[in-house]
Amino acid sequence: MSVSTAIPPGSMPSHHPDEALLLDYAAGALGEAESLAVATHLALCPDCRHEVADLESVGGAMLEEIEPAPLSGDSRAAVMARLDEAPPATPRRRPVPVAPGVAGLPLPEPLRSYLGETGPSWRRIMAGVAEHQILAGPDGYRAVLLRIEPEIAMPVHTHRDREHTLVLAGGFTDAFGHFLRGDFSSTDPSVTHQPVADPGEPCICLAITTAPLRLTGRWARFLNPFLR
Amino acid sequence: MGGSSDTSRAGGPASGLEARSLDDLVVDVALRRDRQAFARLFDHFAPRLKAYLARSGADQATAEEVVQDVMLTLWRRADQFDRAQASAGTWIYTIARNRRIDLLRRERRPEIDPSDPLLTPTPDPAADDALMAGEREQRLRAALGQLPREQADLLRMAFFDDKPHSAIAAETRLPLGTVKSRLRLAMVRLRKVLRDNP
Repeated sequence: MSVSTAIPPGSMPSHHPDEALLLDYAAGALGEAESLAVATHLALCPDCRHEVADLESVGGAMLEEIEPAPLSGDSRAAVMARLDEAPPATPRRRPVPVAPGVAGLPLPEPLRSYLGETGPSWRRIMAGVAEHQILAGPDGYRAVLLRIEPEIAMPVHTHRDREHTLVLAGGFTDAFGHFLRGDFSSTDPSVTHQPVADPGEPCICLAITTAPLRLTGRWARFLNPFLR
Repeated sequence: MGGSSDTSRAGGPASGLEARSLDDLVVDVALRRDRQAFARLFDHFAPRLKAYLARSGADQATAEEVVQDVMLTLWRRADQFDRAQASAGTWIYTIARNRRIDLLRRERRPEIDPSDPLLTPTPDPAADDALMAGEREQRLRAALGQLPREQADLLRMAFFDDKPHSAIAAETRLPLGTVKSRLRLAMVRLRKVLRDNP
């Protein structure tokens, strides 16, 4: 189905990633899934782009004051000798067109490329909620697209780790406020909440979650069936 | 501004170069394919990049390999350098950070596409560029030197050690809230330097 999202011009998100997450993103310390959520928020939020640019300038200035480590003797000559080499042919992926969007949604980069032209293949995970997995990182984080039908309440839940949600269409409300396109919400294990999708249109968001718990060791065989 | 900055001072390695002079050298590489300018940039940045990569976990040989890769990228993409947007040091830092993620961690680095028509535009772009990036960096470096040591140390860990806040907290045995608040305080001071007009 296709969702039409009228984006009021100049509308800015009102919920942002916290400063620590922006710093970790600017420093390159986040895994790919969390970075995808931060970067997609940046596309929708000029204020956070400005903040990340400032943080990168701090990284640049810090590089000046690091204690330099001498290179092996012929390193510079080796690089100078390669200046005329043809640059390696980087296979440029065909850009994913802006229109008609993914499942009718206008998605900015970098998320658009991650979804590709085929768009999501929804898998129902509970009544009124479907997901499409985008990636599963080696750090245990998954990036999934969630589609929550209007007025559906997610079950009351907590999180095993820090997790993030970025709204792409529609909206939801929980104890922390009302979240619309571009809004970013982070939760941690201390948070128990029950988001409810807005009426009218489905709420589509990018959710960064930790992978399902997997037990290893001698009890795993007995316990795992209950955890699925 | 005014006056051409003297980048050809005698005195060996370019370790004392000002940010503006480094920006000039990158522009020389872009406009004239100037190998001498490139050699000076190499002398200045390569040992710093190597130190950065070693701190983030690369062994000696890998660090040198990535340094060479970053410096070649500088040579090839010098025409994309925009001195109003970022200083040479910041630009090279972001190239090295991305190559580190790509080559050492073998992951993609998701980033915005500045030419994406779906990017929500900056309401007042002029306000961003009150100062040239090279000048901002000069002021930043001075401000970094003034930070309390406990803040400066954590800032170094955050930018150089490939560790998110949670890992820094674990390693320093400081509560996560303390790590966050020290880094936040450091950024409050640095942001003031970056955003206030002189």
